Amino acid sequence: MRISLFITCYNDALFPATGQAVVRVLERLGHTIDFNSAQTCCGQMHWNTGYLREAVPIIRHFVSTFRDAETICIPSSSCVAMIRDHYPKAARESGDPDFIADVDALLPRVFEFSELLVNRLGVEDVGATFPHRVTYHASCHSLRSLRLGDIPFRLLRQVRSLTLCDLEGLDQCCGFGGTFAIKNADVSSAMLADKTRCVFNTGAEVCTAVDNSCLMHLYGALHRQRTPLRTAHLAEILASEAEGAS
Amino acid sequence: MTEPRSADFPHAAREVLQDSQLRRNVAHATDVIRNKRDRVVAECSSWQDLRDAGSAIRQHVLRHLDQYLLQFESACTQAGGQVHWAADAADANRILLDLLVRHNAREIVKIKSMTTEEIGLNRSLAAHGIAAVETDLAELIIQLGRDQPSHIVVPALHKNRRQIRDLFQREMHLDSLGDTAEDLTAAARQYLRQKFFSASVAVSGANFLIAETGSVVIVESEGNGRMCLTLPRVLVSIAGIEKVIPRYRDLDVFLQTLPRSATGERMNPYNSIWTGVHSGDGPQEFHVILLDNGRSRILRDPEAQQTLKCIRCGACQNVCPVYRQTGGHAYRSVYAGPIGAILTPQLHRLQEGASLPYASSLCGACYEVCPVKIDIPEVLIHLRGQVVRKQQATLTGKLGAWNLGMQLAAQIFVSGDRLALAETLGRLGQRPFVRSSGFIERLPFMFSGWTRFRDLAPLPAESFREWWAKRSTTP
Repeated sequence: MRISLFITCYNDALFPATGQAVVRVLERLGHTIDFNSAQTCCGQMHWNTGYLREAVPIIRHFVSTFRDAETICIPSSSCVAMIRDHYPKAARESGDPDFIADVDALLPRVFEFSELLVNRLGVEDVGATFPHRVTYHASCHSLRSLRLGDIPFRLLRQVRSLTLCDLEGLDQCCGFGGTFAIKNADVSSAMLADKTRCVFNTGAEVCTAVDNSCLMHLYGALHRQRTPLRTAHLAEILASEAEGAS
Repeated sequence: MTEPRSADFPHAAREVLQDSQLRRNVAHATDVIRNKRDRVVAECSSWQDLRDAGSAIRQHVLRHLDQYLLQFESACTQAGGQVHWAADAADANRILLDLLVRHNAREIVKIKSMTTEEIGLNRSLAAHGIAAVETDLAELIIQLGRDQPSHIVVPALHKNRRQIRDLFQREMHLDSLGDTAEDLTAAARQYLRQKFFSASVAVSGANFLIAETGSVVIVESEGNGRMCLTLPRVLVSIAGIEKVIPRYRDLDVFLQTLPRSATGERMNPYNSIWTGVHSGDGPQEFHVILLDNGRSRILRDPEAQQTLKCIRCGACQNVCPVYRQTGGHAYRSVYAGPIGAILTPQLHRLQEGASLPYASSLCGACYEVCPVKIDIPEVLIHLRGQVVRKQQATLTGKLGAWNLGMQLAAQIFVSGDRLALAETLGRLGQRPFVRSSGFIERLPFMFSGWTRFRDLAPLPAESFREWWAKRSTTP
């Protein structure tokens, strides 16, 4: 299958290893990856912060960049949620019938990375080996907007040598919330403290998720506290092959 | 915006977060209610259908609100009640005061009501020398402690039993008092009993108004409401205009969803429904004050109108991770938590509570539990849009760091080349901030909000797009 990768703006700049891992996993499964370098951002930061008017050209840019893509893979559930939950409204409000039609046609082709593997490609075992204790953090958008349910767990359970550690308070927000982490830094960090305590209590070496935004937030505190815990996007675990690899 | 700094949510929250006792009380109380709610909702196989039905009924009411209010007025009047229309809080307080003066009432008993909190009824009456006695246990705790409610349903949830014992002992002049639930309720009962018998007027809110029959509905747990509704000679119910439902049988839905959502009970211990006056039974004079106070303005905004579907169950507060940390007082508003974050700024036309739409990580837990399916995150974003537009209309807002940053980012995000350039510049610009640890530990301006609590890994040497470009040119 031809799969177009939307790396997302923050993964492009901050987490290129996640994108490389997505490419490795999908190519290993025999798929061809396209990367359109005109791509930028889904518009979520502007939209969710209330810069609704400013978000519209970004949304239009996304829609035109991926107009011809067959299947779009996005390693970030919050960006997928932005597209599914808010693009139809942005298009509707524009009153532009072409924009509305483009968004309608686009939505069924948009997949979050783990969702693509399990729901679209029907794969749970991607041939990965990861000899570490891992805990999975369910991001709010993956849980309540995409309703990924046990999809990430099904993928993790097939990874050789991986020990899965249950995370208490799985449905609790980590406190990131985009610009919330800056605008309400005190409350955000209080939420984060609860989350890092739960992550720490699992005894895991690595905390994973389908959103690097939450992981960046979590790791920010874990590093500040000088804990040895690491974070890694699910794709990076699924890409890892050799015994002893990280 | 127009708010003083101390009143905005981030600053108020920072203060509250220092109070570890309060945070423990709030976390414990919300966990208990939330778990009870989850249990009784799980045993209800048609829960999602009930949510759909509740949402549809409330939406229908909002679409035909004028018609149902007139129907209510006519049915209530026919049954012997008197209906008053109040455009705002001052109006409602004046109508009530006139009634009380006419009956020469110096002390009234009250059933717990958020609407009367909204209009500042107790303060208004006190200014005219009339005492309003709260008869709900939690409201009594708030009143005796000269405190503010911090939750829609459980207004004193920020207090624990020992704190309440100390308060009762002091305010009720008791020599000794235990701190078990039984001790505390017995003390309250003793204190209130005489008030019930002596008051000639009771004031209530309303959970629902039934258009078809002109009835008023109150659900409660303690029986104090039933006492207020039956003992005094005059009863005044104050209700927001959105509280009306079309038919008696619509209660079928809400009497299942409201108690489960609010207190985690299958049904409330006391469900009171009264219609007009009946000779020799209950109050002999009955008034309903229908309060607008900004509601018809909210109704005109198609994006935010769903706010008025709310049945004040408080479930959104119990699941909100922000509320869990701060409790209700940080919202500086009668209505706290997610529903307060959307309702308060609208009631006050963003003159107050403009920071509240941002008091959310948009985690979506509130929408998931809402028994009438108010998409609170969507309304929050809509209101953020209004806040931004209002800021952009001022010169300081337009030239503020947030607006300039967002405008710049918006220009970058419409071109892959611009984004690549911005990434390159970002790598150069971050150099002075990267410490010997290899991490960014302190950033200036608004970004300091991040680094006060968290480290940040710097931008790596190569972006994904650069890696991809190299990879596709090397065979």
